[in-house]
Amino acid sequence: MQIIFLGKPLHTPLVLASGVLGNNKAILERVWENGCGLPTMKSIGPAPREGHKNPTVIDLGNGMINAVGLPSPGYLNMEEEWQELSGRAFPLNASIYGGSVDEFVRVAEFVAAQGPDFIELNISCPNSDKHGMLFGVNAQSSHDVVAAVKKVIDVPLIAKLTPAAPNIAGIAKACEDAGADAICAINTAGPGMIIDIESRCPVLAFKTGGLSGPMIKPIAVRCVYDIFRSVSIPIIGLGGISTGKDAIEIIMAGATLVGIGTAVRYRGINVFDKVNKEINDWLTAHDTTMEEIRGAAHREVL
Amino acid sequence: MITQLMPAMVKVADKEVHSPEFATLYVNQAIDFKPGQFVMVWIPGVDEKPYTISHHSPDRFGITVEAKGIFSKKAVSLGPGDKIGIRGPFGNGFNMGSDYKRVAVVAGGCGMAPLAPLVEAFQAGNGPEILLIQGARSKSFLLYPDRFTANVEICTDDGSKGYKGFVTDILVQKIKELSAACVPGFDMVYACGPEIMMAKVFDLCEAHGIPCQVSLERYMRCGFGICGACVCGHAVVCMDGPVFGSKDLRTMADFNTRALLKTGKPVPLDEYASWRCQ
Repeated sequence: MQIIFLGKPLHTPLVLASGVLGNNKAILERVWENGCGLPTMKSIGPAPREGHKNPTVIDLGNGMINAVGLPSPGYLNMEEEWQELSGRAFPLNASIYGGSVDEFVRVAEFVAAQGPDFIELNISCPNSDKHGMLFGVNAQSSHDVVAAVKKVIDVPLIAKLTPAAPNIAGIAKACEDAGADAICAINTAGPGMIIDIESRCPVLAFKTGGLSGPMIKPIAVRCVYDIFRSVSIPIIGLGGISTGKDAIEIIMAGATLVGIGTAVRYRGINVFDKVNKEINDWLTAHDTTMEEIRGAAHREVL
Repeated sequence: MITQLMPAMVKVADKEVHSPEFATLYVNQAIDFKPGQFVMVWIPGVDEKPYTISHHSPDRFGITVEAKGIFSKKAVSLGPGDKIGIRGPFGNGFNMGSDYKRVAVVAGGCGMAPLAPLVEAFQAGNGPEILLIQGARSKSFLLYPDRFTANVEICTDDGSKGYKGFVTDILVQKIKELSAACVPGFDMVYACGPEIMMAKVFDLCEAHGIPCQVSLERYMRCGFGICGACVCGHAVVCMDGPVFGSKDLRTMADFNTRALLKTGKPVPLDEYASWRCQ
């Protein structure tokens, strides 16, 4: 099911969530071949960063908690990756992060010149004290970072938001006003914590971590629903999407594209093909289309 | 109960010290396990790392640790009563086939650890004839010297025990001997050790038309195919592997060339290895 998103053709409406698998060209390509319309690279940062010590990712059964901690070679140390990616056959979303507006601008300007199809501003990661979520919980700082980055890049800009914001719809509107071309919601929820009661110790080395997977889907659906009412730019909806019916639900809340991350754990890398087929089957069975159901939950019931 | 979800805190029941470098920690718990799979071992306050299960029985398992870095030195210092967290097992394990008549098991250094339960599993069933080729830097690095009744060929880099040379020298000689004697050759070759050794085993097997399976090592975080830390070309080592067969290896771009550092940066294997040994 092809879809045109911000002028770019995608072979399916499904997006690989940033932070999941996207560590090299070969795996991004494999995800694309398995039905992902838009693979997203792991967030690229201003300097080399190792991320946190393990344990960093724990499967809780109905979702995960993670504090991987934004590992990145640093934007200036990725020549090999960019060279490989320049010959790619698939569309590419480059996620970036910074610790200040200046860092976001520097990384964005450099990364934009490497030829990604989209740049996603990660202003929503809960797993670093200095990066990410600090921006995304405040409308003014979200506006400032989006406006500053927008000035230096031509590729479409996607703002990735956190459900930790007290008013995510207001943040989305601030991003739209600053020139964002799309909103991606949501990043992981929380942060949360798990404690091992035998050792009396938080399991994650970073102690807290973002929640993802089925347990956060209602939060994602609510966020997308709220954002849809406040902006007119398209929304990539994600957070706990595992099945075609989950995708239909978040599309009815207002999403144009649907992201998948944690479900790779539960249904394999071909989860994209599976969800795509399930969406199509549902649409066919209900004799309707993606366009017709988008935002359907907002329409008055007669 | 040990599962792939939250780490289960278990007591170390016994410790077997093999040498100054190697020790095996035993846990008296059942774990559903296939040779070649691994578990994530957590020492609270230190770190969590993937380890293969090197000893397995219905109510007990062991993991062999080589003291190399901060985590592994801490791990070998643990003793009976100390608690560790375990989640798993993860990964695919070795494919043991159903009608193999003759297999070779090729181990380099601590690569013996995942292969040992494979040898024992073959021997417990009415398995194939096994030739075990075991190599190490020197005699003290040869793991489990008295563990197997299989036909064992030993080699060391320094000649301190067995043949002075490489496991691949012995493997190629055995392949040729079988061929010259006009008897059926190896149905499968299993290998684990330094990646360059596994690449040489793979090349040798390809040249002689023998299928092989090797077990790869990469830096890991989640253990179940989400975080992408361990990708090797298109393969996700923790989920698709760690055991890969000839068909996968033929198209695996980074096999024997590159691995990712903790930052995600791809580097040549020697650079990766020196980082991992810090």
